[in-house]
Amino acid sequence: MTEPRKTPLFDLHVELGGKMVDFAGWMMPVNYALGVAGEHKQVREKAGLFDVSHMGQVELRGENIAEKLETIAPSSFTKLPDGKARYTFFTNPEGGIMDDLIVSNAGDHFFVVVNASMRDQDIGHMRANLDGIDVVELDRALIAIQGPAAETIVSAVAPVAADLKFMETTVADLFGAECRISRLGYTGEDGYEISIPADRVVDVTREFLKHDDLEMAGLGARDSLRLEAGLCLYGNDIDNSTSPVEAQLNWAMQKARRENGGFPGAERIQRELAEGPTRKLCGIKPEGRAPARRGVEVADKNGNVIGSISSGGFGPTYGGPVSMGYIATEFAEPGTEVDLLIRGKAMPATIIKLPFVQQNYKR
Amino acid sequence: MTTYYSEEHEWLEIDGGTATLGITKHAAEALGEVVFVELKEAGDTFDKDDEIGVVESVKAASELYAPLAGEILEANTALEDNPGSVNEDPEGNAWFYKIKIDDLGELEALMDESGYKAFIV
Repeated sequence: MTEPRKTPLFDLHVELGGKMVDFAGWMMPVNYALGVAGEHKQVREKAGLFDVSHMGQVELRGENIAEKLETIAPSSFTKLPDGKARYTFFTNPEGGIMDDLIVSNAGDHFFVVVNASMRDQDIGHMRANLDGIDVVELDRALIAIQGPAAETIVSAVAPVAADLKFMETTVADLFGAECRISRLGYTGEDGYEISIPADRVVDVTREFLKHDDLEMAGLGARDSLRLEAGLCLYGNDIDNSTSPVEAQLNWAMQKARRENGGFPGAERIQRELAEGPTRKLCGIKPEGRAPARRGVEVADKNGNVIGSISSGGFGPTYGGPVSMGYIATEFAEPGTEVDLLIRGKAMPATIIKLPFVQQNYKR
Repeated sequence: MTTYYSEEHEWLEIDGGTATLGITKHAAEALGEVVFVELKEAGDTFDKDDEIGVVESVKAASELYAPLAGEILEANTALEDNPGSVNEDPEGNAWFYKIKIDDLGELEALMDESGYKAFIV
């Protein structure tokens, strides 16, 4: 067992009252004094700052990077313009998802951000499969500033931030540090993820926190925000056994890629695109107050198990319990009434169309 | 009246052969914002370490375990309608149960206030 790693913001988290836990091998704050629900509402109403430096940041340099990426991921990169970011995933030969990630065309290179728990796997995977491409793991910090006030806060320091639209990226100077600013996130709100040199991130974070509308937010709020927004968590809602079609991620596989294949697992993915998957990732709204968490079984009204919850908890903005889970296709239609088997009792729930809380991106 | 504390972070305020049971301020703070409470009903009996309820916060679900054997005389059903009161007043209005204690001798295994304060440091 190795010691959990610390991000460059560790000492600042402790100073600010962060409750630190081991998450995917990193000591990260679950919440600060404001608490999970308070931080959640802060992000929906104003803005929150998350440390996401535990995620892996990678630069790809070399010839024909886009073509080579298309051999391991089912999205289109050859048509991704300079300055644009794209959500994608690496698929395995069985059509399951090895990890989900963001790939940006940074002009003279590609910039990739992968999940903390998968960074070693993903970097190895890219090195093994992207022939002739330099795969360089960056020693940089990453913060996310998310919420309706994010544009005002970030563009006051770097005016170019206001010109970015959702899923666009650029390089800018923030308080004297050279940063990469990308307009995207994991909360359903407008906002930015900002890659910062590790030795400058404490200064940059302290400067941003002087803004009255910005508060630190931890992993707890990050999870409830993404759940309300219907965004998948790798390891819960998607994994090596779930296909992108089952996970309702067809939108991330551009038309030419869906039709032409040429990525790992194309056989299963194209078959499911044509015939429909046998199960689908759905929003599931418990009718009572009891949260239905990961692993809870879902049954039809005759008591037959038809699926299970992949993520669930309480949605502070939604004002009640919220869940996602895989449901047999014939029961996956929004409005279908089901039961959740919680602690031996059948609790009524309804299949809904995700998200629970409308996404608020600057398109 | 004497108050006892369990290692599961419950408090028991003793009144003769009955007691009021709740979770401590320390437990409420560790749980975070409570969003759901599930209670047993009056008349239910339980042994020591039986599950006698569920408290769910924004972070996780936690079971409530009986610190001793007894019977539920009254459940504070107001908690089901207002789970947030567990954070506001855990050692007062947000009590969980009034119980009848089977064997007062079982209290000896619990901590007093100074013992509990030392336990949570």
